[in-house]
Amino acid sequence: MAQFNPTDIETHEFDVIVIGAGGAGLRAAIESLASGASTALICKSLLGKAHTVMAEGGIAAAMGNVYPDDNWKVHFRDTMRGGKFLNNWRMAQLHAQETPDRVLELEEWGAVFDRTEDGRILQRDFGGHRFARLAHVGDRTGLEMIRTLQQRAVSLGTNVFMECTILSLLQDDSGQVVGAMGYWRETGKFVVFKAKATILATGGIGKSWKVASNSWECTGDGHALAAWAGADLIDMEFIQFHPTGMVWPPSVRGILVTEGVRGDGGTLRNSDGKRFMFNYIPEMFRAETADTEEEADRWYNDKKNARRTPDLLPRDEVARAINSEIKAGRGSPHGGAFLDIYSRRTPEYIRRRLPSMYHQFKELAGVDITAEPMEVGPTCHYAMGGVRVDPDTTATTIPGLFACGEVAGGMHGSNRLGGNSLGDLLVFGRRAGSHAAQFATSASAPKASESQISQIAKEALEPLNREGGENPFDVLHNLQDTMQDLVGIIRKESELSEALSKLDELEERRKKAAAGGNIQYNTGWHHAIDLKAQLTVSKAAAMSALARKESRGGHTRDDYPARDDEGFGKINHVFRWNDGTATLDPETLPQMPPELAELFEEGTH
Amino acid sequence: MASNDQVTVELWRGDGKEGQFVEYKVDAMEGEVVLDVVHRIQATHANDLAVRWNCKAGKCGSCSAEINGKPSLMCMTRMSTFEPGTTITISPMKTFPVIKDLVTDVSFNYEVAKKVPSLKIAPPGEDGVRRMYQKDIDRLQEYRKCIECFLCQNVCHVIRDHEENKKAFAGPRFFLRFAEMAMHPLNTEDVRTAAKDEGGIGFCNITKCCTEVCPEHIKITDNAIIPMKERVADVHYDPIRWIGRKIRGKK
Ligand SMILES: Cc1cc2nc3c(=O)[nH]c(=O)nc-3n(C[C@H](O)[C@H](O)[C@H](O)COP(=O)(O)OP(=O)(O)OC[C@H]3O[C@@H](n4cnc5c(N)ncnc54)[C@H](O)[C@@H]3O)c2cc1C
Ligand code: SF4
Ligand code: SF4
Ligand code: FES
Repeated sequence: MAQFNPTDIETHEFDVIVIGAGGAGLRAAIESLASGASTALICKSLLGKAHTVMAEGGIAAAMGNVYPDDNWKVHFRDTMRGGKFLNNWRMAQLHAQETPDRVLELEEWGAVFDRTEDGRILQRDFGGHRFARLAHVGDRTGLEMIRTLQQRAVSLGTNVFMECTILSLLQDDSGQVVGAMGYWRETGKFVVFKAKATILATGGIGKSWKVASNSWECTGDGHALAAWAGADLIDMEFIQFHPTGMVWPPSVRGILVTEGVRGDGGTLRNSDGKRFMFNYIPEMFRAETADTEEEADRWYNDKKNARRTPDLLPRDEVARAINSEIKAGRGSPHGGAFLDIYSRRTPEYIRRRLPSMYHQFKELAGVDITAEPMEVGPTCHYAMGGVRVDPDTTATTIPGLFACGEVAGGMHGSNRLGGNSLGDLLVFGRRAGSHAAQFATSASAPKASESQISQIAKEALEPLNREGGENPFDVLHNLQDTMQDLVGIIRKESELSEALSKLDELEERRKKAAAGGNIQYNTGWHHAIDLKAQLTVSKAAAMSALARKESRGGHTRDDYPARDDEGFGKINHVFRWNDGTATLDPETLPQMPPELAELFEEGTH
Repeated sequence: MASNDQVTVELWRGDGKEGQFVEYKVDAMEGEVVLDVVHRIQATHANDLAVRWNCKAGKCGSCSAEINGKPSLMCMTRMSTFEPGTTITISPMKTFPVIKDLVTDVSFNYEVAKKVPSLKIAPPGEDGVRRMYQKDIDRLQEYRKCIECFLCQNVCHVIRDHEENKKAFAGPRFFLRFAEMAMHPLNTEDVRTAAKDEGGIGFCNITKCCTEVCPEHIKITDNAIIPMKERVADVHYDPIRWIGRKIRGKK
């Protein structure tokens, strides 16, 4: 029987700990160190393997290298419109203003972006962005970003704790966060990190859906850690289903096909060969979207006199359109739509611009994308909702706790534009690192309670000590089916209510899950632990979705298909967890100051 | 391989001290890769099986193992590449100590990474812009495709057969980093001495085994190590280099 001995627990103490080593966590750790704080970086996988490594298309930044007319105001406007005005305006503003500097800083630290003819950083077109503005390296931008940040963090001497999973935050009597406790995956031994300030940078929640682009790590741990500690989560109903995931063969279903395919000239077709996106241009984007194929194709080279192709509408629009085509019986053989770049660009161009897509389809699906179309369909990709933060400092609603990256909410409103996550990681990662370090200078020595530590250990060990319980993998697979079927891309009241009762049943089953084997690197045990966070976060998503009786961005209700700008368009849903009881409250959205509101007056809104 | 075939897998199970191959018979569906089959074993037969993975698309370099003795990524090895009815053997990377099952202790690589110098990029030009031209960075971008799967480190005989060399030899993955710094148009830091002294690039005798296993198809030897050796030779006389030339082609 696995037992916990509180006297020999490994303990570390730092000014700042950063939980998560994706782009956000790495950038935060670099800044915290640079501000003079002793800093630890903790992650579930090996360093450099976080989900950020998979990002493909690029970092959106209004540098104006390709279109000098671009500037932060245009980027800000695109972001707010893409998010259907539910974004925290201040976050969207800071993001648009600061990303160019953050990209240049990466270059200074060794990133090697693709170049323009005159030797600057090249920028590519992406959905919802008025100008070509994604700094990129082929279709492996995330790899470039994580490696650059990783090398920077290592050269600064960051203390890295890898393959170490955080189980819970630690709080003192006043509720202030004073660190975190976790276990080493290799040995199963517990470890306590005392810290004056704690930064959550744990990424997304997609692994609770069956068809997802996310890695096993994306179980929403940070969202749950924050909620359990009493912090607010906002906008949890908004889940981005990326329109183009692979659909065949079954084992790769959900793996991402970058929007860069469409940015570089690819187009969507149905089984009749028709470019169906022309039938799905919403009112809000009509004025700036091409309505003929000729104009759309001209736009790639002539942004002044032609309007953008509807293939590059924001993701929520494209995902819904593909879904409708499949439902209408015009899908591809394996239940997707066709994505065609082979008939539109030369093989050399495709291989140069999209090398990893070429590789991925060739090796995993036996499809040559320079000679035949791809089959694609929606895949669960990104959580817009997350921990509520102060836009300037990234402080959460609990003292001592900060959050940045995908785990934080607000920046993207109801729908994120492609390329706006990587910039978000850099801008708010840096802000989190600097403000946490500053907070640490005035905080007193962290005090964690021993009874809290024993309680966390006891609960974590339960699945190992239980005999003959449920297989944690079965519970996980049932959770993924439930979220896929009932809290998916198109939702309705009866299904969302059903989801909530199923989640309660799954919570009971989780408490009976048993992991066989010993405590060392035991994947069944790790899953049994992760399930707790997954169920809390899934509940937040389902409750928020049930309450929002309108359709907006990454939340589409079959029973409320219209947008309700005067009602739900003015509120955020705030999810809170009080001693095991979940609550949801509507709160008024922060209002944009008049000088920013003016930006939306010309044209449709 | 047709859908729902049964396959027989000999999977290495054990920890750092002891272990053995255990036979599993599982279904394999159409289009699956080795990692899918390993996951099915984990979900149905052996919940506690240890295996690393993240992206399942050849992008993160987590799932390295030896499949029928060949160092490969499990997520990029399709089941259809095996003859129906044959037994597939999956074992952990040989060069690194086993932690459990397919998971090895790759900390050697992270220790080496700490010793690699950082580049120092020149300040922007007078117009405030750092200019680099695509033709000057194509080579660097090839090096930077590295996903740190450590398969090249696993297969390089300098460390695979001589544990004691680990102290003085950074290995092919890190020669890419030295080469990158040496060829970066804006880097101002000379790394040639470090490549020789800390990196031990002189030990490499250009067998090209690293290039053969690289899932990113980086021409590690021809495009990075050899040009780097030449640069190092400009500052240091390097006797191993000509020995290397003599035995080139021989494994
Ligand atoms: C295939 C793909 C392509 C994408 N392409 C783009 C793109 O081109 N442009 C763009 O802007 N965005 C893109 N995105 C989105 C973007 O990559 C992610 O939103 C972003 O990388 C998230 O970064 P992060 O730093 O917040 O978290 P992650 O990179 O997800 O990192 C999370 C970290 O937290 C750690 N962690 C989690 N839980 C715990 C715990 N309990 N204890 C300890 N550590 C923990 C993990 O180990 C990991 O290190 C893409 C996403 C995918 C899946
Ligand atoms: S070429 Fe050099 S680095 Fe590569 S495997 Fe052979 S000896 Fe090792
Ligand atoms: S160079 Fe190739 S084989 Fe070596 S670690 Fe990088 S990707 Fe893997
Ligand atoms: S799981 Fe990422 S390379 Fe195989």
